[in-house]
Amino acid sequence: MRLYIKSAIFSAIVVLILSSVLLGVRLTQVGTELTLVGAEDAVLWKIAAASLLIFLYNLFRDPIERILGSIPKPTLSVGLRELSQRQFVQRLTWCFLIAAALIFPFLGSRSQIDLATLVLIYVMLGLGLNIVVGLAGLLDLGYVGFYAVGAYTYAMLALYFGVGFWTGLIAAGIMAAFFGFILGFPVLRLRGDYLAIVTLGFGEIIRIMLNNLTDLTGGPRGIGSIPKPTLFNLEFSKRASEGTQTFHEFFGIAFNSNHRVMFLYLLALLLVLITLFVINRLMRMPIGRAWEAMREDEIACRALGLNPTHIKLSAFTIGATFAGFAGSFFAARQGFISPESFTFIESAIILAIVVLGGMGSQIGVILAAIVMTVLPEMAREFNEYRMLLFGLMMVLMMIWRPQGLLPMKRPHVELQQ
Amino acid sequence: MSESILEVSDLTMRFGGLLAVNGVGLTIKKGQIVSMIGPNGAGKTTVFNCLTGFYQPTSGKIIFAKQEIQGLPGYQIARKGMIRTFQHVRLFKDMTVLENLLVAQHQHMNNSLLAGLFKTRSYRNAEKQALDNAIYWLEKVHLLDDANREAGTLAYGQQRRLEIARCMVTRPSLLMLDEPAAGLNPSETEALKQLIRDLRDNHQISVLLIEHDMKLVMDISDHIIVINQGTPLASGTPEQVRHNPAVIKAYLGEE
Repeated sequence: MRLYIKSAIFSAIVVLILSSVLLGVRLTQVGTELTLVGAEDAVLWKIAAASLLIFLYNLFRDPIERILGSIPKPTLSVGLRELSQRQFVQRLTWCFLIAAALIFPFLGSRSQIDLATLVLIYVMLGLGLNIVVGLAGLLDLGYVGFYAVGAYTYAMLALYFGVGFWTGLIAAGIMAAFFGFILGFPVLRLRGDYLAIVTLGFGEIIRIMLNNLTDLTGGPRGIGSIPKPTLFNLEFSKRASEGTQTFHEFFGIAFNSNHRVMFLYLLALLLVLITLFVINRLMRMPIGRAWEAMREDEIACRALGLNPTHIKLSAFTIGATFAGFAGSFFAARQGFISPESFTFIESAIILAIVVLGGMGSQIGVILAAIVMTVLPEMAREFNEYRMLLFGLMMVLMMIWRPQGLLPMKRPHVELQQ
Repeated sequence: MSESILEVSDLTMRFGGLLAVNGVGLTIKKGQIVSMIGPNGAGKTTVFNCLTGFYQPTSGKIIFAKQEIQGLPGYQIARKGMIRTFQHVRLFKDMTVLENLLVAQHQHMNNSLLAGLFKTRSYRNAEKQALDNAIYWLEKVHLLDDANREAGTLAYGQQRRLEIARCMVTRPSLLMLDEPAAGLNPSETEALKQLIRDLRDNHQISVLLIEHDMKLVMDISDHIIVINQGTPLASGTPEQVRHNPAVIKAYLGEE
């Protein structure tokens, strides 16, 4: 039996340092200067216990793993996997999830619903980018540019022409698609790293343009008082503006500011469901198969008469359209947008959602969007160490499951025999 | 049957200072099997790449089905009915056998976005037709039982057959095979020979073949073109080529 003394000591020290930084020592302002303050004794004891545990585990790694290995693995997982492949079960799961998502706003608190709406925006963005990166295999680092185009299209239409949300939504989608098309045309002959760099540049160009077209977009000051979405022209405000009615007046119920939050959530849910439906169809359509084929072997595609530019461009354009929808919804929800909201880090987060969820997988993207949005919120207790934890999680994730949370299982066309 | 489907004259391809193909000409009549042979590095595959638009030939004229096609992008040439395979198998490995054949029919499908979203009748019909066509060819190459397997998991010989089926579902008029028998065992080569003959006799396909297996070439070719160091060396019937001293010299070296 080998004893791993060195690695055991090393692991214990790492745990000790990391956990005392994260849990034990705090920076506190005393008077005018920052001082280090220790944590309570109980916390320190826990840290010591954790280090000891890690030390012992590493020391006796071999026997422990032998004991663990000798425990028979439950055979349930095989049955579960078979079960999960049945279409009926899959449908039922989806129905259940959708029902849960529909009921949620009536149970959750206001801040929870608000957070869930944010999650849904990221789901929509993740699903859109998933078409480009996951399905068509084109690494796009400037996806946030199309998000910005969508948001600004609606904001400016509302500001200058008084266009309502629903028209703005369509216009934003079309405008983003148009930008996707225009930007995609010259860059799609590039591949891999080069494509990534050029798209990164385009994302930045759009943001900088928005920043500098001060006359049109308000520059860094942004655009404010963007009208909220309405339900068949019913407003969700306390008092109706001229010529309209409010939601609570129409239904004769008391005004509750939560109604608007719930409405926004349900609207986002609707948009996500539409997105899911469309992408699901696309994956089963010839164009979806062509995307996959193009990702696998572009040369063979050309030899079979598939037009590479056409196919890549369609992925780019359709992906951009969904970003446009998400953007206009974002603008309507916030009521205020500025170029600050569309920095590169947003692109990176959306890409992280796609990669974390498992390239091409829809349910994976949804899960990852929840993780990526909710976790930073929940980890607020860790104050300044929050982003450190976040980064650590990403690194661990990529070591543990490089293929993502739920790698894609593409719907295959099956031949019934 | 004497109408020609492909006429190439004075095809030249230059890579910088290297003259890879120099003045190659060839004619394929409808329903003919024509082979192109020559030692390794003679420029056979380069000729293929020039014909199918993967390279832009430096000069020369290519007339396919009465249209000049030199300089067109590869996918357009493929759509006109000139379909090729590659020296190394290039299947879509993570897609199933059936899907490989469906992708190949992309140009014949209903590609309207809305039709697909709402599964209109014409969309479903096109999808059904593509499926039937795929099944027909799978049966032909004896892969119907493996239709739902991923293409990458097939045995090498099966992959080769699938590649030919994938070409055939696109409904080509000229099939160009780049060393289809490489890596096949004798019985598989025999089956390949039958398949190629069958394509010519029953499906009105013309075939242009690059192959090193001389037995196969001599057996099925109607016409043979020999290339050496990028220049045409000889051409004629298998019998003529077999006894041509220049060909023997190129293959066996000088006495």
